[in-house]
Amino acid sequence: MSTGLSDYRRQEQSITYTAEATGEMGLEQELLTINMGPHHPSTHGVLRLILTLEGEVIRDIKPVIGYVHTGIEKTAEQKSYWKVIPVVERMDYLSYYFNAMAFCSAVEKLLEIEVPKRAQYLRVIHMELNRIMSHLVWLGTSCIDLGAIGVWWYCFREREAVLDLFEMSSGQRMHTRYFQVGGVIEDIPAGWAERVRRFTRTMRTRADQYAALLDRNEIFLQRMRHTGVVDQRTLLDLGVTGPLLRATGHPWDLRKAAPYSSYEDFRFKIPVGTEGDNYDRYRVRHAEIYESCDIIDQALEGLPEGPHITPDRKVALPPRHELATSMEALIHHFKLVTEGFRVPPGEVYAPIESPRGELGCFVRSDGSAKPARVHMRDPSFVNLQMTAAAGRDTYLADFVATLAMIDPVLGGVDR
Amino acid sequence: MEITRSKLAAPSESEREAFRIQQLRARDMLRGDIPDDELEQYVQERVLTTTLERAMAWARSNSLFPATFGLACCAIEMMSIPGSRLDIGRFGFEAFRASPRQADMLILSGRVSIKMAPIVRRIYDQMLEPRWTISMGACCSSMGVFNNYALVPADKFLPIDVHVPGCPPRPEALAHGILKLRAKIQGNGPDGWRRRYQAVGTEEVVGDSDRPGVNAINVFQSGATQDPGQESGRA
Amino acid sequence: MPDPTGLELIAQELRERHPGAVLDTLHFRGEATVAVEARQVREVLVTLREKGYDFLSSLHGVDYYPEEPRLGVHYQLLDMSAVDRICVKVRVPLDDPHVPSVVDLWPGANHPEREVYDMFGVVFDGHPDLRRILMPEDYEGHPQRRDFPIGGEPVIFTYNEDKIPGWSR
Repeated sequence: MSTGLSDYRRQEQSITYTAEATGEMGLEQELLTINMGPHHPSTHGVLRLILTLEGEVIRDIKPVIGYVHTGIEKTAEQKSYWKVIPVVERMDYLSYYFNAMAFCSAVEKLLEIEVPKRAQYLRVIHMELNRIMSHLVWLGTSCIDLGAIGVWWYCFREREAVLDLFEMSSGQRMHTRYFQVGGVIEDIPAGWAERVRRFTRTMRTRADQYAALLDRNEIFLQRMRHTGVVDQRTLLDLGVTGPLLRATGHPWDLRKAAPYSSYEDFRFKIPVGTEGDNYDRYRVRHAEIYESCDIIDQALEGLPEGPHITPDRKVALPPRHELATSMEALIHHFKLVTEGFRVPPGEVYAPIESPRGELGCFVRSDGSAKPARVHMRDPSFVNLQMTAAAGRDTYLADFVATLAMIDPVLGGVDR
Repeated sequence: MEITRSKLAAPSESEREAFRIQQLRARDMLRGDIPDDELEQYVQERVLTTTLERAMAWARSNSLFPATFGLACCAIEMMSIPGSRLDIGRFGFEAFRASPRQADMLILSGRVSIKMAPIVRRIYDQMLEPRWTISMGACCSSMGVFNNYALVPADKFLPIDVHVPGCPPRPEALAHGILKLRAKIQGNGPDGWRRRYQAVGTEEVVGDSDRPGVNAINVFQSGATQDPGQESGRA
Repeated sequence: MPDPTGLELIAQELRERHPGAVLDTLHFRGEATVAVEARQVREVLVTLREKGYDFLSSLHGVDYYPEEPRLGVHYQLLDMSAVDRICVKVRVPLDDPHVPSVVDLWPGANHPEREVYDMFGVVFDGHPDLRRILMPEDYEGHPQRRDFPIGGEPVIFTYNEDKIPGWSR
């Protein structure tokens, strides 16, 4: 590093966070640039916003991101495909099953292997449980931002129930490495299905209780109704997907439009809003909880028997009891654990529907055992571009609610 | 270890009488009716003397205010410690303060990127003495899952009191770490494992060029990140 | 996905409208790809947008080291009414990494293009605010290029903590 300051640092120090009167505007109309820094209780994660305020009204927003940039995509190039799964899981840290699912879908596409039906159903159950958990955390933290702190306690109580289910099926509460290329790592233990059924029953009642608390709550309505409205055309141009787009009335959901992993076997509805304001965004996500419970129940009902991972031994580890009897199983195990499986060269993009929108995984393979490029198209990264459109000419207090409803998860934004 | 269980009986006649006597003595003390030497003894039975440092340490350690510093996945597990499953409020630590001026404990939860490191340092500098730091999770304690160009281990720019391993650590693990910090503040910090298991003297010493002849096995082998000037593993 | 015939028809139309733009077509694992010359990618995207692919699903970069031209930019387009995806791929060499920006067509390309600039060094001509987005703004180097070292720090144990520069106690 040179001894003098770089140009950027000099420029950074020259910015004054003072109010400047702008010519013909009167004394009450000066623009104030203020920093809503990366360490802030209301930005969900380490998001930095540079706001230009006129009084209490926001005139411009510039988001600055990169404070949790972990180099996940570059790290993934150094690891064999199997080992990329835990790395990529930690990207969008509230929807870890979805991250793993996107990556595994892409690799399965490249390998052209078939995922057994039972594994697909198990994947669906875990993904929908994760969707419920992500929406619970969203609801809890959003209500804290709005001041309704009690809802946070209830949501996290439900979240503990979901994490207990994850721990029962895979041993870990978060970042479970349960999804593998070709299926899931292990079959569900006895009693798990019963506990999940009990959970969905309670979850519906609890979601009713949250609705009773918030849906017609006068303060909630005043803060959320008609605030943060962005029209559908702007959102489509910005590339926004997920509940934000559905709140404007556009019924775009990849589970219905381009079904993957047996989603076409289940009957569920897509909750859609009308106006695209914060209240619609809240109602859409809240309704999605019920739909996820329905999907889980149907999947448990129709859970087929069969293997939980592809029988292709070149890709999936053989079951341990075979290692004692079969030489081939031993060789396959050795090859998979040391080098990993090789993937034919090519480029694939596999999109799925995560709780925040379209999560896509681009994998480029050059024929070796390590991927040549892994790119996760994260929904929050693209959705965050709507902060300017949603916040312009609104009050700062309304913007806090809008940011909560946008539901950015900075791990996915920064990767 | 013998464990005996017995049912709690209703207080017997003599116990009730002793309790009544105790109540009457308290009433007498409040009225000022107890003679001098009995008063001395009364007070001595009920007063505890200690040093100021220990009293302050006791007060500080039982009311740590954590600063909200959630960075990544560990933050979600940190958010669940005041939740109803593992209630950190029973230890007195549920008051998460957003302003670093009001907090005395920084729970660094999540991966610290190079863009964020100066900001973490700034927040830490804004906290008032006495302050403690817990490095939660593998990413800030050691480099964690990602050992690459984008991350900085927290030890490089902050003095850390307790490291909590895990990816992410369970809420129970984080609570264990916080309680270890509490014990450390009170002065009976946990012994290093070597003292606990009487293994002092078994430290690994990596041979240096200025200390020839000292053998060791360096289990940490890494190509690009190892300092090339440091020899690794001369047997 | 447009099937191979549909892809060839699209490519034919693009060749007629923009001579010299289409370099190659590829239909792999059910996905359609059109490889386009960098200078004409804006016109190609406008034509595809008129054909119905009006949603820019993803804009990302790839480093094809050691093949030349090295840096690639992929535009993943989606037709929501027909549920059709098509990918437009562009490759630029390292000594002239200029690609026209599509921010005025899709405002949602703003951050993704900045990310490709930050990570690979591809300069998007016409971008309103091309600066680094994920790395600190005065960082030198483009991390996700394949010849950029992975970096990392030595793990701090008790035996080497005193020797690590910057260790704080």
